[in-house]
Amino acid sequence: MLVISQDIRDALVAHARRDHPDEACGVVAGPAGSDRPERFIPMVNAARSPTFYEFDSADLLRLYRELDERDEEPVVIYHSHTATEAYPSRTDIAYASEPGAHYVLISTRECGSQDGPVEFRSFRIMDGKVREEEVRVVPALTTS
Amino acid sequence: MAIEVRIPTILRSYTAGAKSVDAAGSTVGEVLEDLDSRFSGLRERLVDEAGLRRFINVYVNDEDVRFMGGLAAPVADGDSVTVLPAVAGGRG
Repeated sequence: MLVISQDIRDALVAHARRDHPDEACGVVAGPAGSDRPERFIPMVNAARSPTFYEFDSADLLRLYRELDERDEEPVVIYHSHTATEAYPSRTDIAYASEPGAHYVLISTRECGSQDGPVEFRSFRIMDGKVREEEVRVVPALTTS
Repeated sequence: MAIEVRIPTILRSYTAGAKSVDAAGSTVGEVLEDLDSRFSGLRERLVDEAGLRRFINVYVNDEDVRFMGGLAAPVADGDSVTVLPAVAGGRG
C-alpha cells in the first residue's frame, strides 16, 4: 500500500496537468528504509514527448548523489500517461529499475491541463511483474 | 589508488550488496571487464554487442561517458565511475 499526503498527491497531479500533453515525471524521496514519500522532486522529461519520458542524464546523476548524501531513496517514482490509462506500459515495465519503489501512474487523458478527473494509481514493478496496490491519501503523514 | 565504481541498488545482487567496489583499468570498458572477473554477470547487464545498453547510464566523475567515447572513455586512478539505470518509460 502507498500512503501519501494530500499535498504531495496534489503536487504530482498538478505537475502532470502542467506538462500535458507531454508526459511529466519525477520522484518523491524519503529517508532510506522509511517508505515515507516526503520530498517532492519534479524532474524534467528530457524526451519532452507525449509517449515517452526519461530523466535527463545529468539530472539523474545529481538526483542520486543528493539522495545518497541525505540518506534518502526514491520512495515514489511517478510519471503521467496523457492519452491512455494509468497502468504501466510495456516500456514502463522493461525499464523499471527500483524494485523497492512505488511506481505511481497519473493519467490526464480526461482532464488534459484543466481541472477534471485524473487517475492516480500505484504499482510495484519487480522482475517484469506488475502488482497494483492500494493508495491511501492522508491529510499528513503521521510523525514517526 | 583504484577506481571506485558505484553500483545501483538493482545490481547489488552481483556485488554481495556492496554500494561501491574498487576496480582497475584505463578505459570504462576495461573497468567493466575487471569487475566481471570478480562479479560474474554484471557486465552483461550493462553492455551488449553494440556497446553500453541504451538505458544504462555510466558516468566518469560528473561526465556521462556517452559524450566521452562510450566504453573507450578514459579513466584514471582516483576517478569515480557511477552506474545508474535510466529512469524512463512511457506509453511507448
